[in-house]
Amino acid sequence: MVAKNYYFVEGFVETSAGRVTRVATKLAWPDFFGKLRARLGLRRDSYLVSPGLYCVGQPDHQSPVLVTANYKLTFDALRSQLGGLDAWILVLDTFGVNVWCAAGKKNFSTRELVRRIELCGLSEIVSHRRLILPQLGAPGVAAHQVKKESGFEVKWGPIRAADLKKYLADGLQATPVMREVTFSLSERMVLVPVELTILLKPSFYVLALVLLLSGIGPDFFSVSRAWGRGSAAFGAYGLGVLAGAGLVPLLLPWIPGRQFFLKGIEMGVLVVTGAFLLWGKMIGSGLESLALISFVIAVSSYTAMNFTGATPFTSLSGVEKEMRQGLPVQIAALVVAIVGWLASPFF
Amino acid sequence: MKNFRYMAGVAILKLEADKCIGCGACETVCPHRVWKVEGRQAVIVDYDGCMECGACATNCPVAAITVNPDDGCGCAAYIIQKWLKGEGSEACCGSNCC
Ligand code: SF4
Ligand code: SF4
Repeated sequence: MVAKNYYFVEGFVETSAGRVTRVATKLAWPDFFGKLRARLGLRRDSYLVSPGLYCVGQPDHQSPVLVTANYKLTFDALRSQLGGLDAWILVLDTFGVNVWCAAGKKNFSTRELVRRIELCGLSEIVSHRRLILPQLGAPGVAAHQVKKESGFEVKWGPIRAADLKKYLADGLQATPVMREVTFSLSERMVLVPVELTILLKPSFYVLALVLLLSGIGPDFFSVSRAWGRGSAAFGAYGLGVLAGAGLVPLLLPWIPGRQFFLKGIEMGVLVVTGAFLLWGKMIGSGLESLALISFVIAVSSYTAMNFTGATPFTSLSGVEKEMRQGLPVQIAALVVAIVGWLASPFF
Repeated sequence: MKNFRYMAGVAILKLEADKCIGCGACETVCPHRVWKVEGRQAVIVDYDGCMECGACATNCPVAAITVNPDDGCGCAAYIIQKWLKGEGSEACCGSNCC
């Protein structure tokens, strides 16, 4: 697998436990291409590097050992911050998932770490007994357990690879800022394309269903009505997605309220208002407009609520609680939308 | 993260204070700065900041901390599957969560 991705390999370092691959600390164009693809949510599952030991620079038996996951984006984020350093990189098998999510699912784990230390013969390669792990690996790795089972002491490094150099220079001391997760505009922005990609497949079903329901009328079914009303309804769906999966992530801290389903409703109302101002009129009858507005709001509320899975501050207990309130509202809005939409051709 | 607050009073996070040996692991690993160790004793200083990631509980050497043990990701699609099919049977939405 390494051979396939040979472009980031710079050479090899001979150790008493065999050859270790030395990787580049500058990213090349395939890395950027891969990053772009992964950020779009395409073939993210198979974007990985082989687990095992790598290095940057010319490390020796005293060099630090940095532990990471085998998601290629994570690996790249780490090595691109290590220019000018001599260090070992121990890549755990997390099935191509980033450190935090893998730690949550217990793949970035005490067991995998202890096993990987042995498989790589790490204790023959370094004379010290210290590992630097990203702090976000802590849900899966119990430092005291690792010490007991492998003899290696776990040092919790900073959350972001960008802080690693300073952390190393300061004698493995992290500032409080390095230890706290952030969720800046740019961090939220990169998540939007993935949110949209996830919705691609369900959207085809929605489209099919919407066309079917839109064609029903007094004369049973009409293709031209399916087409005309169907595109209006699918447009409403698009507005809902725009509000819930686009505006909510981007404007998150500024939207009033704490619950995501409410934020979704708010943004749904905003895009509906915007659409009316833009077109300056209702679409079809009052009943049809009511149905479309309900549809926008059901979709924006649900897609916003689903975004909780991508944020670094929502607790599972909190999400379950908000869903018990949000889902009934969304279902009610959807029922109003469907009933109104089906009924309107008969009036 | 003080500019991002989720719902108050919902997190399942408990400390058995008499077990604590004040090692400081919880304060180090928490990504939301929920803990503070003062005079060999951990205290929860920002309960509502907790996102139930489990880092503190995993790393407490004396198992003094309890966090919601469900390690699923917090997206709606996952929770609906869990509700419909029961605990343990849910598949997450791939690596797309988080
Ligand atoms: S579960 Fe995570 S967020 Fe909550 S207190 Fe523990 S380490 Fe902090
Ligand atoms: S990790 Fe456990 S023992 Fe250590 S300070 Fe926190 S609560 Fe106390």
